[in-house]
Amino acid sequence: MQNFKPILTFLFAVIAPLLIITLALRETITEHELLNQLREEYSREHKLGVDHSKHAILQQDFTNPHEITAACLSCHTERGQEVLGNAHWNWEREAYIPGRGVTYLGKKNLINNFCTGIASNEGTCNRCHTGYGWQDETFDFTNEFNIDCLICHDNTNTYEKEKGAAGYPVMGPDGPDFRKIVGNVGRPSRYNCGYCHFHSAGGNNVKHGDLEMALLTADRNVDVHMGVDGFDMSCVECHPAENHQMLGRYYGVSSSNTQRATCEQCHTAVPHTNSKLNEHTVKVDCRTCHIPTYAKVNPTKTYWDWSTATKRKDGKPYEVLDSTGNVMYASIKGDFHWEKNAVPEYYWFNGTADHHLISDKIDMNKLPLKINTLFGEYHDKDSKIVPMKVHRGKQPYDTENLTIIQPKLWDKEENKGALWIDLDWERALEEGMEYVGMPYSGKHGFVETEMYLPVSHMVSTSDMALNCKDCHTRNESRLANLTDFYMPGRDQNITLDTIGKWLILLSLLGVLAHGAARTFISRKNKTA
Amino acid sequence: MSNTKLVLVYHGFERFWHWTQSFLIIFLAITGFEIHSSYSIFGFEAAVNLHNKAAWGLIILVIFAIFWHITTGEWKQYLPTTKNLKAQVEFYLTGIFRNAPHPTKKTVISKLNPLQRLVYLGLKILVIPVMVLSGLAYMFYRYPQAGAIKSANMQDLEVIALLHTFGAFVLVAFVIVHLYLITTGHTITSNLNAMVTGWEELESDENEPKIDHEPKN
Repeated sequence: MQNFKPILTFLFAVIAPLLIITLALRETITEHELLNQLREEYSREHKLGVDHSKHAILQQDFTNPHEITAACLSCHTERGQEVLGNAHWNWEREAYIPGRGVTYLGKKNLINNFCTGIASNEGTCNRCHTGYGWQDETFDFTNEFNIDCLICHDNTNTYEKEKGAAGYPVMGPDGPDFRKIVGNVGRPSRYNCGYCHFHSAGGNNVKHGDLEMALLTADRNVDVHMGVDGFDMSCVECHPAENHQMLGRYYGVSSSNTQRATCEQCHTAVPHTNSKLNEHTVKVDCRTCHIPTYAKVNPTKTYWDWSTATKRKDGKPYEVLDSTGNVMYASIKGDFHWEKNAVPEYYWFNGTADHHLISDKIDMNKLPLKINTLFGEYHDKDSKIVPMKVHRGKQPYDTENLTIIQPKLWDKEENKGALWIDLDWERALEEGMEYVGMPYSGKHGFVETEMYLPVSHMVSTSDMALNCKDCHTRNESRLANLTDFYMPGRDQNITLDTIGKWLILLSLLGVLAHGAARTFISRKNKTA
Repeated sequence: MSNTKLVLVYHGFERFWHWTQSFLIIFLAITGFEIHSSYSIFGFEAAVNLHNKAAWGLIILVIFAIFWHITTGEWKQYLPTTKNLKAQVEFYLTGIFRNAPHPTKKTVISKLNPLQRLVYLGLKILVIPVMVLSGLAYMFYRYPQAGAIKSANMQDLEVIALLHTFGAFVLVAFVIVHLYLITTGHTITSNLNAMVTGWEELESDENEPKIDHEPKN
């Protein structure tokens, strides 16, 4: 027993206090109250307080969509004026951009990296506008009877706008059952928002990568909020529209950091039970860890090279499909790349942005040309790391004037200079630039361009979120390109580490040599 | 060994402090270099959590140790001296191979030889404070970035991280040499025994004040 005394003393004196310290400092796991409240709130079903099918004014056979709007406004007297002030209607917003001052920018006048812009193509692009008849610049943005109420409020999922009809639906015997539609109006559903936002840039999931038709039916592995086997949330839960002013705005066209829809509005800035994770929210946007991949169901377009468009086969336009049915080449549009389960790229972003305007000169020393510039850096306290889809491509530009050229892509008729009909670049560029009132030298080339689209949807379940090692690792860190700060586990100072290794190695060698010499000499002395 | 007697050199708290500190520092090194991506044992997340917990443990221990050193007057053990310094260096370089006697006599009121005094003082006033302060800065640097504490606003982790890493290399080198030097006592194990039991056979010194240093067993 006597022999065990030191060991027991050691156990009680050293190990026990250590255990106590460790246990005392252990983080306590607390139940997440807020999340439970949110669960309860979003499992409640929303019920409309009115049955529109009982209104006498809606019991008529509409022959003109403006009549429907008039019927809506006869009860909802102020809603028309509200819509006339919102972004879905105006396709532009007032914003202050450093270096530019106050601007009015939006889909109406900005260029993008897909179809370049809507100018001269209004007839087809504006099929997604919340109005009737935005055919050209003569459209009256002040007439509330031009508003299309149904595109957002039809709950039968049967309302459709006609292709190439500047936002008008098909009326008459070929059109949908309008009496049924107006009798079933209500809150916008995922279908309503998705009608435009899933198909932007000309096809399902083409532009965003995180917004697509699969979100109508997908499970919570695709999107934890919208999953039909989960909360089955609609877009307007996070993007409410008080007085028709939508919360949330798209980074590709918005310059100011206001009116954003954020994760924090429900989940707060400290959503985790683990404080180490909460610390990360100072510098890392929620989306970075919680959207590990996007385009989870259907691929998204990541590259669009306009320079190869207009090729013909046997004198006719053609398309090349890949094995999964995606268009890899189209005579009218050029070459595409698609990506499924895409890994985002990561950048600092403080919510503000600048845009390359069609009147801006291209700096040929700074290519690829950024169609939109998202501001942010480590030292900016408003900046966070945000996941992006970066869409790359080649856009036509004027090699003399050094400006991006807006081509005319669409027309109802042949020989009006529309690229998609006539497959003639020169003519399409001339017509497009004439339409926007910009000079065109007659010489064009194609310039490499990039557009930055933060990824906000297709939020994964928490067990699928990124873990520490996805970023805090020496090789293949997801944040490998963000080099303006030191990150533990990723970064090292080679000189310091070399000095350190040698310090340890020399210490080891020193004591080994010293010890060996002592052993050797004492043995020699013993034998001597 | 003639003319020696068993003396209580290291008190209970001193030994508790020493061994706890040694375990913590070794554990901090293991987890710390994993955080540095030098290898993978616990996994990054677990390594960070364990490292932070061990760090708090060490900080608490250091506070107690400082208190103990001040209240017992043991801090005087680390007062640097040049007396015998050259002889001590010469002993490790040459004398030790000739079985020469230790140039510094170990007593209860002077446990450390002049080299140890210098090295341990360096650890106490330079290495450990640098490690603790850079470690705390490492833990908390994100909060000032959020704008809460303007005066302590640190722009970058890099300097902190590199300082902390360098300190870790120095400590690992220290531990290696320290472990080896255990074997250079009167016998191979006498230093280790003393640090475990507290008791060591020391040459009796007539000038030393007679205190209760007899073993109780």
